[in-house]
Amino acid sequence: MAGSTSEKWQGGLLGWIDARFPLSSLWYDHLARYYAPKNFNFWYYFGSLALMILVMQIITGIWLTMNYKPDADLAFNSVEYIMRDVNWGWLMRYLHSTGASFFFIVVYLHMFRGLIYGSYRKPRELLWIFGMLIYLALMAEAFMGYLLPWGQMSYWGAQVIINLFGAIPWIGETLAIWVRGDFVVADATLNRFFAFHVIALPIVLLLLVVLHILALHEVGSNNPDGIEIKKNKNADGIPKDGIPFHPYYTVKDIVGVIVFLIFFSLVVFFAPEMGGYFLEYNNFVPADPLKTPEHIAPLWYFTPYYAILRAVPSIAGSAFPGVLAMFMSILVMFLLPWLDRSPVRSIRYRGNLYKTMLALFVISFVLLAWLGMEPPSPGKTLLSQICTITYFAFFLLMPIYTKLDKTKPLPDRLTP
Amino acid sequence: MKKYILPILMLLLAPVWAYAAGGVHLDKANIDPNNRQSQQRGARLFVNYCLSCHSAELMRYERIGKDLGINNKMLKENLIFTGGKVGDLMTVATANADSKEWFGTVPPDLTVIARSRGVDWLYTYMRSFYRDDSKLIGVNNLVFPDVGMPHVLWELQGWQEPVITTTKDEEGNEHKMIELELVEPGTLTPKEYDRAIRDLVNFLDYIGEPYKYERQHLGVKVIMFLLVFLVIAYLMKKDYWKDVH
Repeated sequence: MAGSTSEKWQGGLLGWIDARFPLSSLWYDHLARYYAPKNFNFWYYFGSLALMILVMQIITGIWLTMNYKPDADLAFNSVEYIMRDVNWGWLMRYLHSTGASFFFIVVYLHMFRGLIYGSYRKPRELLWIFGMLIYLALMAEAFMGYLLPWGQMSYWGAQVIINLFGAIPWIGETLAIWVRGDFVVADATLNRFFAFHVIALPIVLLLLVVLHILALHEVGSNNPDGIEIKKNKNADGIPKDGIPFHPYYTVKDIVGVIVFLIFFSLVVFFAPEMGGYFLEYNNFVPADPLKTPEHIAPLWYFTPYYAILRAVPSIAGSAFPGVLAMFMSILVMFLLPWLDRSPVRSIRYRGNLYKTMLALFVISFVLLAWLGMEPPSPGKTLLSQICTITYFAFFLLMPIYTKLDKTKPLPDRLTP
Repeated sequence: MKKYILPILMLLLAPVWAYAAGGVHLDKANIDPNNRQSQQRGARLFVNYCLSCHSAELMRYERIGKDLGINNKMLKENLIFTGGKVGDLMTVATANADSKEWFGTVPPDLTVIARSRGVDWLYTYMRSFYRDDSKLIGVNNLVFPDVGMPHVLWELQGWQEPVITTTKDEEGNEHKMIELELVEPGTLTPKEYDRAIRDLVNFLDYIGEPYKYERQHLGVKVIMFLLVFLVIAYLMKKDYWKDVH
């Protein structure tokens, strides 16, 4: 690790611990002598914010679990019980439900940062892959958590998504039953989703976050210029453009956390439903297996992929091509480190070709998110198809356009 | 930096664009969630007219008393007709099987109905019943066609009948407009009836989220604290960073 130190703390309680546990080296390697580039901008707040939300979700989740009942007959009412009869239960629940949506907002912005500054490029491929795995685990976590309130949207959303497995040729039906534990979404499904949501996936998430941070601290943080600060070191072996994470970025991130909490609190305290996008109105109706809602849409953070699923036409009555396209649209992101052939990392030194493709990608992703919430119509299906093609073109044509693109010369040292 | 502002705004605003209502025109309920008297009147209407078939079984009488300023004695005299305790949940005596036989369906629990339907829908719905002899129960509803619920408040509102006007637009397409006309007055004038429904909807909105008032008041304090904390944190950051660059 960067500037690993051998000096040990002497005397006192810290000295006693340090003789038995690598406390000083953990402190120095990951905080006080972890040198981060000094020109982090707005985009660099979202990593620490994501970590904070994860902690908040775990803590509020533990308290919700104390009163929630994972039982198809009791689940819906137990949530309202938490909201009414449990002291501060409403706050725990709104922090948790709003936290889920904000987790995705923050993670999407964090991923976009990686995208524009080339943070996935060599030697940070594993860092990117761990991040993508976190994203996958997070999607599973959110999907399973959304079933727990056992409202109409919880129920039918899960029904639709699990049925997607049914579209896989030959094994599909059996697989879907195996996932549900029943022929339809039922008590068995609720129980197993509860188990995954409160213990299995959080453990996986925490492990992946540790690996993500370890990988980051091994290779060092990228920066808005996309150049290596380790190439320019002073006599002590410290990067000239680096500053210790603690105290510089800890005090800076506190400011970021407070600004974030202000926006977050505005939603928690004044608009917890966020116009039906964070808590869907139909989810205040208890799950009814006999009454299919007219319009089933997943929560906003899944809608881009849902739109891709619906954009791809069925072949021979099978929705499998759409399901495949949906999974591919997520998996293709894993390949990003190898698709990008540009000599530079950061958007600051890239040419117009890349910038145009990135703009098209962002526009189609946002449009897909919107289309995924809308009931389908011929015009909207066509638009989804165009956006889906643009989405994939951004990734699959990347080896070509990043090579053709004219780049600007890189500076030797960081620019502000 | 500037060039990223637009994409971010788009990402944040996407949900707002997508917000669109469809179907029947809904009248604005214009309730005042801080008007406890309106909610008290609504509570009275609710226990007198709704609670015989519809439960609000996630809500306790006691909580209503505490929040709306009704003491236990008044609560027992005016709101609790089941002879139960103030700590009881607002359940109904009607057996589900009976309801199913009478109305073809079990009347839904109304605890969180204002959160799923929205106050404007409820306000319009309760004012949109009309006489329709083709239906088994003799009534229909503009916002809920083929409704299973009789017009329970007919004594108060009276009876409405539909007036259908057909207009043709420039392309020759016919547009049907249905308006309701009061043909038989009730004990309340239309204005009084609208107010009564507003009170009822206000009460339903309150039981949908009884801590809403508390939540908003706490929110103001939390945000004020954060703003003060932000100033301190910013000054601290500035002080630490003065030797960088």
